[in-house]
Amino acid sequence: MPSLKDLRNRITSVKSTQKITKAMQMVAAAKLRRAQTAAESGRPYAEKMSATLGNLAANLVGGVGAPKLLSGTGADKTHLLIVCTADRGLCGAFNSSISRLAAKHARQLASEGKTVKIFTVGKKGYDMLRRQFRAEIIENIDIRGTRPVDYAFASEIAEKILARFDAGEFDVATLYFSAFKSVISQIPTAQKLIPAELPDAEGKTTTGASADAAMEFEPSEEGILDTLLPKNLTVQIYKALLENAASEQGARMSAMDSATRNAGEMIKKQTQIYNRTRQAMITKELIEIISGAEAL
Amino acid sequence: MATFHFDFVGPERTLYSGEVQAVQLPGTEGEMTVLPKHAPVLTTLKVGVITVTETSGSGKRIYVQGGFADIGPESVTVLAERAAPIEEVNPAMLDKEIEQAELDRDATTDLGKREQLNAQIVQLQEAKKVLAF
Repeated sequence: MPSLKDLRNRITSVKSTQKITKAMQMVAAAKLRRAQTAAESGRPYAEKMSATLGNLAANLVGGVGAPKLLSGTGADKTHLLIVCTADRGLCGAFNSSISRLAAKHARQLASEGKTVKIFTVGKKGYDMLRRQFRAEIIENIDIRGTRPVDYAFASEIAEKILARFDAGEFDVATLYFSAFKSVISQIPTAQKLIPAELPDAEGKTTTGASADAAMEFEPSEEGILDTLLPKNLTVQIYKALLENAASEQGARMSAMDSATRNAGEMIKKQTQIYNRTRQAMITKELIEIISGAEAL
Repeated sequence: MATFHFDFVGPERTLYSGEVQAVQLPGTEGEMTVLPKHAPVLTTLKVGVITVTETSGSGKRIYVQGGFADIGPESVTVLAERAAPIEEVNPAMLDKEIEQAELDRDATTDLGKREQLNAQIVQLQEAKKVLAF
């Protein structure tokens, strides 16, 4: 039976924990709004980019002489998994669900006899994957210090990946991140980056010019593709990072909300025990006094 | 006078969207002015200044650093990687960029990259001249 003092201490400690989780929830809510606006204002660029690329790729019939970034190296031996997570924890299953998806795919690829390489963005994903895939991880970038995520950070990552691709270190690249659906639902997603997965150009028109209209290109079509494809990589990574930022805050918000609620329940239960024990003590003391008086 | 729709989109946000009469773009193969009913062209952009004419006589100038333009008969979309209103750009900033590019050029041994950076330096110097007046 814990003493009254123990119980009191326990209640105070749960109360201060509750204060922290409540504050974190509110901070996450504020940050979520900002992250959501950032994700929304970044969307037109990504959409226009992939629509244009889709048109271009459709025009490039047969894909003969298509850049490697678009058509792949032709091989399917070495896979690069780019795993984007957060730098901080306390956000529910956010980090672990992304890492778990990546780990699952990595094991599957390995069992098919393919070489797997892992590139992690964010400290948490690195920490989780490091245990199982120490040898496979080739690089890790922390997000810390570049908050909120900006385009320059995305292009820094893209450059590193491109350099490795040009060096022939891998054939296929897949990006892992968490798509933001709503505050309570974030979906871990795998997206193929190289070879580029493009939307069907059919039925889509960019800026009023249909895909089959004779387009002029300055410089040549290949020249434009050569500059656009690396940019597209950056844009896709940037988009993933923005989605991740929103997902992280959403996950943290709901995790902290339930933590606050659990703390409230705990306080209620402990207070009840505390009061009951206090009453029992008083009754016991009274009985002692009365029986002492009676004995006289 | 006829107008067309002009969108100017940066990776982080949309910077300009509206009906305009003409747009002057710094294409990689030369400056070009786009008027309504232009033939569809896709062009990459160099470092330079975009001039937007909303109504005759008034112009808005935007500094742009790389990107591309998708031109159609009814609308023009510019996707720029870096952009700023002309008032926010000063020669000192460009000087810094040129210096950085030169440093990068001297540091690399890759010939292709060297050429690329050289072209970039030339572009930046041109942009400086354009900004000067």
